[in-house]
Amino acid sequence: MTTIRSILGRREAGIFVMIVLFAIAVGIAKPQFLTLNSLRIVLLLVPLILIGAMGQMLVILARHVDLSIGSVLGFSAMVTGMMFRYHPEIWWPLGFLLSVGIGAGLGLLNGVLVTVFRLPAIIVTLGTLNLYRGLTYIVSDARQIDRQYVPSALKAMSQTSPIFGIPWIIFISFAVVFATWWFLMHTRLGRQIYALGSNPVAAPLRGIDVTGVTLLVFTISGALSGLAGILYASRWGFVNPSNTGAGFEFQVIAAVVIGGVSINGGVGTVLGTFFGVILLGCVAAALPLLGIAGTTQNAIYGAVIIVALLIDRTVRRQGVKSLARARA
Amino acid sequence: MLRKTLLGLAAGVAMTTAGFASAAMAQDALKMVFIGKNTGNPYFDSLTNGFVEGCKALGCEFEFVAPATAEATSQIPFIEAQIQRGVDVIAISPNSPDALNQVFDDARSKGILVLTVNGDITGNESHRDATILPTNFDNVGKDQVEMVGSLIGYEGEIAILSATTEAPDQNKWIEGMKATLASDAKYAKMKLVATVYGDDQPEKSTTEMEALLSNYPDLKGVIAPTTVGIAAAAQVVQSRGIAEQVKVTGLGLPSEMRDFVKDGTVTAFQLWSPYNEGWLAAHFAKGVKEGTIKNEVGSTFEVPDLGTITINPGNSINTQAALTTFNAGNIDDFNF
Repeated sequence: MTTIRSILGRREAGIFVMIVLFAIAVGIAKPQFLTLNSLRIVLLLVPLILIGAMGQMLVILARHVDLSIGSVLGFSAMVTGMMFRYHPEIWWPLGFLLSVGIGAGLGLLNGVLVTVFRLPAIIVTLGTLNLYRGLTYIVSDARQIDRQYVPSALKAMSQTSPIFGIPWIIFISFAVVFATWWFLMHTRLGRQIYALGSNPVAAPLRGIDVTGVTLLVFTISGALSGLAGILYASRWGFVNPSNTGAGFEFQVIAAVVIGGVSINGGVGTVLGTFFGVILLGCVAAALPLLGIAGTTQNAIYGAVIIVALLIDRTVRRQGVKSLARARA
Repeated sequence: MLRKTLLGLAAGVAMTTAGFASAAMAQDALKMVFIGKNTGNPYFDSLTNGFVEGCKALGCEFEFVAPATAEATSQIPFIEAQIQRGVDVIAISPNSPDALNQVFDDARSKGILVLTVNGDITGNESHRDATILPTNFDNVGKDQVEMVGSLIGYEGEIAILSATTEAPDQNKWIEGMKATLASDAKYAKMKLVATVYGDDQPEKSTTEMEALLSNYPDLKGVIAPTTVGIAAAAQVVQSRGIAEQVKVTGLGLPSEMRDFVKDGTVTAFQLWSPYNEGWLAAHFAKGVKEGTIKNEVGSTFEVPDLGTITINPGNSINTQAALTTFNAGNIDDFNF
């Protein structure tokens, strides 16, 4: 009983229940939603968002935000795509190194602007969101990398499977989720991110290298956006200077916040973020199935985000009340 | 001279222009500009190439500019800048059928020739001098229905995967498809079960395509008259391995569809030559400006490689009579 209660009492449980209720509601209208095929559609829809969300979660836990990730994704993917186009002789897995490396560099620059120049992250990354997108146009001469230049082996990673018929791209995203969980739970640095976010003033007094930790979360966020960049080329087979990564930050931040990560820092879990991503993936897959027109989808998608947050807040407030009652 | 990029940060939106002008021109060379729908759109690379080559052959100065996004009003500042620069010809693929009327009037009052290319300002034709369309858009819907019909044996359920709900050309073609299906007995056994919109985003086009397959298990064919949509639909069919059951066709770019045609995912699809639009527009503009071509309905002129071109009612000019069909046999002959 105690175990069940402690599971249900956790914030993640609320989001999980929302996913189940949503799936059942859609399943009543469209039984074909409750099939393995829908699971496949959702899982193929979310890998990039999942990877981006892990990085974003670290940044938000540290009481910052990274709005630039969509452009980091686009720039990393573009440079990597250009390497594929101009140097097809290069061993293609090096593209991962390049894309992640570029992403990490751009993320580090965000971190430097935030720490060294003491600028608010929301303004810095709003600036670099535009800066990095502009650079993407400049390096590419505003030209798309077409399918024929993306290595077949890279494209195959989104289709072929090492095991259980599950494509590589899903395994990679799950590996990132697991690594982030391990990092947050089992390393000193991971715990320091929580400590920094819950009380930035006290953090240095507790021996936390505030600058170092801040640089780290932005660098990781950038690196993971870079990883999402090359996986974009894998998933969709092209890189476009204006479309690739556009709006990525909104999907990712929405998923992280729905997942129960506090925008005030210090509070949030990998599992919650994971469920947040899955919930948004389910909504994105279900709306077309229900025959809801494209223009209406955006409105509903936005409404779902607000409703999910309201439910989460209500559940949490009642949790606090019942806790208070139990104490009294 | 390669004036690469001009980057502006305005109102939190990055707008970029990638422009290039032909090398060292004479002082009085005709100045021509082509304003695309948006940058980074591979379709317009090919169209712009037609302009570049045409202007090179004719000795005109040419520049390509485009806003970052294809919004209704995003082209207005670009047109205003070109009027100030004193160009002789503005060719444009309009993002809106009516938002540009006033700025077009401004340009024409200063003696600038205004041509709409690859899309027209339907209902506001009096605000431009002529339009250059790749083919007669009245026939696109009919041709696409015939294409999908031939692939599925003229029998079974079909669906349309379009771009955005408000795209005027898409809607005109979809109307044409519906009219053809309703009126021609040849297609009596084909049933249009759904029209969905992927907003020209790969993610959304993919979820819409997946939903079509879930909702209509007997679906035989999909027409996607949009380059992003057809590639996304083909990818879904490829990854599910159902190319035999569901035939994807529509309007696509050979460069984006080559892989799908070669591995058998897509048997055939259609388009026209965007290059020829630019090539023809450059020759037409130069001729009109120099008085060798009369911009009057019914008059004709010669364009190298394209032959005799006639100006149709509404000062509308087509580069080709019917759509080009691409398949495994000819796709390697096209480099756009």
